[in-house]
Amino acid sequence: MGVAVWAAMRRPGRFLVSWWPWRAWALLVSGAGQGVLVLAGLAVGLAVGVGLSVFGVGVLVLGWTALIGIPVGAVERGRLRLVEPERLPDPHHGAARGLRGRLRERASWRELGYALAQSTVFAAVGLLFAAALAFCLLLVSAPLFILAVSPDTVMLWPGRPVSGPLDGLPASAAGLLGLVVLAYSGGLLAGAQVRLAQQLLGPRDTDLGVRVIELTRSRARLADAFEAERRRIERDLHDGAQQQLVALGMTLGLAELELAELVRRGHDTPATALVARARGEARLALEQLRTLVRGIHPQVLTDHGLPAAVAELAARHPVPVLVELELPHRLPEQVESAAYFTITEALTNAAKHADADEITVRGGHRAGALRLSVTDNGRGGADPRAGAGLQGLADRLAVLDGRLTVTSPPGGPTRLDLEVPC
Amino acid sequence: MLRIVIAEDAVLLRAGLVELLERVGHRVPAAVGDAAALIRAVDAERPDVVVTDVRMPPGHRDEGLRAALELRGRHPGLPVLVLSQYVATAYATRLLGEGSADRGGLGYLLKDRVLEVTDFTDALERVAAGRTVIDPEVVRILLARHTAADPLRRLTPREREVLGLMAEGWNNQAVAQRLGVTEASVVKHAGNIFMKLDLDPEEGNRRVLAVLAYHNRANEEVN
Repeated sequence: MGVAVWAAMRRPGRFLVSWWPWRAWALLVSGAGQGVLVLAGLAVGLAVGVGLSVFGVGVLVLGWTALIGIPVGAVERGRLRLVEPERLPDPHHGAARGLRGRLRERASWRELGYALAQSTVFAAVGLLFAAALAFCLLLVSAPLFILAVSPDTVMLWPGRPVSGPLDGLPASAAGLLGLVVLAYSGGLLAGAQVRLAQQLLGPRDTDLGVRVIELTRSRARLADAFEAERRRIERDLHDGAQQQLVALGMTLGLAELELAELVRRGHDTPATALVARARGEARLALEQLRTLVRGIHPQVLTDHGLPAAVAELAARHPVPVLVELELPHRLPEQVESAAYFTITEALTNAAKHADADEITVRGGHRAGALRLSVTDNGRGGADPRAGAGLQGLADRLAVLDGRLTVTSPPGGPTRLDLEVPC
Repeated sequence: MLRIVIAEDAVLLRAGLVELLERVGHRVPAAVGDAAALIRAVDAERPDVVVTDVRMPPGHRDEGLRAALELRGRHPGLPVLVLSQYVATAYATRLLGEGSADRGGLGYLLKDRVLEVTDFTDALERVAAGRTVIDPEVVRILLARHTAADPLRRLTPREREVLGLMAEGWNNQAVAQRLGVTEASVVKHAGNIFMKLDLDPEEGNRRVLAVLAYHNRANEEVN
């Protein structure tokens, strides 16, 4: 990370007539005020905390005092923009709220270190700087000052009274020289403060790493929860509704037998036809339910793995599907199910939109990843962004660090590539 | 009259099956709800035929199928009819592949078949008599596979029909009746089927198993 004010100082002439010195001064002088306030805050917090430490609440006060760096950091990241165009990002983790969470973060302690440095070294430097600045301005304005107070005698130097405003000009020259010196030294000091802030107030790579892992984990938890819910629904349908429908159909079948017996004995009744119809309807409902359950999560995938489930899928597909899938062992459940549903979606798309008459599913486990491709000889021109299905699957694969690529030039062929490390 | 042991975890369905089988004149000495109880019941009752669900407690995966295979190992020749909620050819081919080492009827039917009471009891009786019965829906999918190297591709549509009916456990006479042709032409079709699939016609009743096993093997070579 560069420091803008230092970069500007590489051209000293231009630096002097630019806004830079003013901005550096503003930073240093305002920092002095802020530093004093922070020092007071620290002192009070420490005193109260130690004073109350006999009661448990003192520890709490000390804890909160240790976090003084957090508001200081927030203000500083804003204030530094006086000299640094790029705002430092907040190093804190949004989820780790509360005293305990914040105390556990390294960023909080780095900010406390910055607050200590600012309230002591930078506050002192800032105050001295403000004083020097005021003195130089006073020198520069010496002629005006002399004019203003005449006819009283003025002594710029003890024991040497000046006779008129013109005698103040050397002082003005000295003041201007002082301002030039302060411009450069201010630039250097402001740059130093920026550098320190970059080290202490911004996020470190480790903070970002933690955040990325946390994000990945929460996404994986969501995907797991989603998968568990699918399975629960599938089990409920399978163990509940499906079985009851079979039982219902069976009872109707038995009723039909009884009715047939009656008919055989000469008691004809319209109930025979009605019961037969009811049984047919139960069978239709059962067929629909079975398709539905298979769409939610196929049991054969759980029991026999990806190649068996894909072979099954290929067998009932309206378009001929050639499957060349070689896996030395079962893959993690999530990978199997993500791959299965991706293939399902690809096969459905190929049959529905591509007008294909041959589809190939090829793949295997190579170099630590499951690699699969689904190719059809259809008309191509598929837009992967148009299909919410593929988009959802790509998201699901992204959770597993996997990738989904679709190539579909107009005129075909459409090829879908899947890669999941496992 | 057959003595039948039933394993089915859904209480309603189990009660229904018992009622149905007793209604048509069979006896059910034991109806149980999980695989371990099934094995105990068969050891104790020595039934003529076993009817079992695929998915059962405690794991709700393929406990029933595995229990069926174990029972075939313990009681050679024991006829087993597996009822499944799934068309899944993987289950059927596994049952027929691993379970066909010894003699004795085997069946794999979808639960929906129970709705056709007489079809179901017919199938059960064919299994008890030592034949092999595969659900028509499963057969349809097996025959419809579009693998380039699939030897079943060489069959004519009529030969596929014949093979399908044989897979359902019908003998030549019944197949002829259903297709409205003479028994002699069924025999001729069967001969062509076995020739095209390089199978020994002397395999008799086990021929459908052989076809499926062959199909399975061919499929593995491609996979």
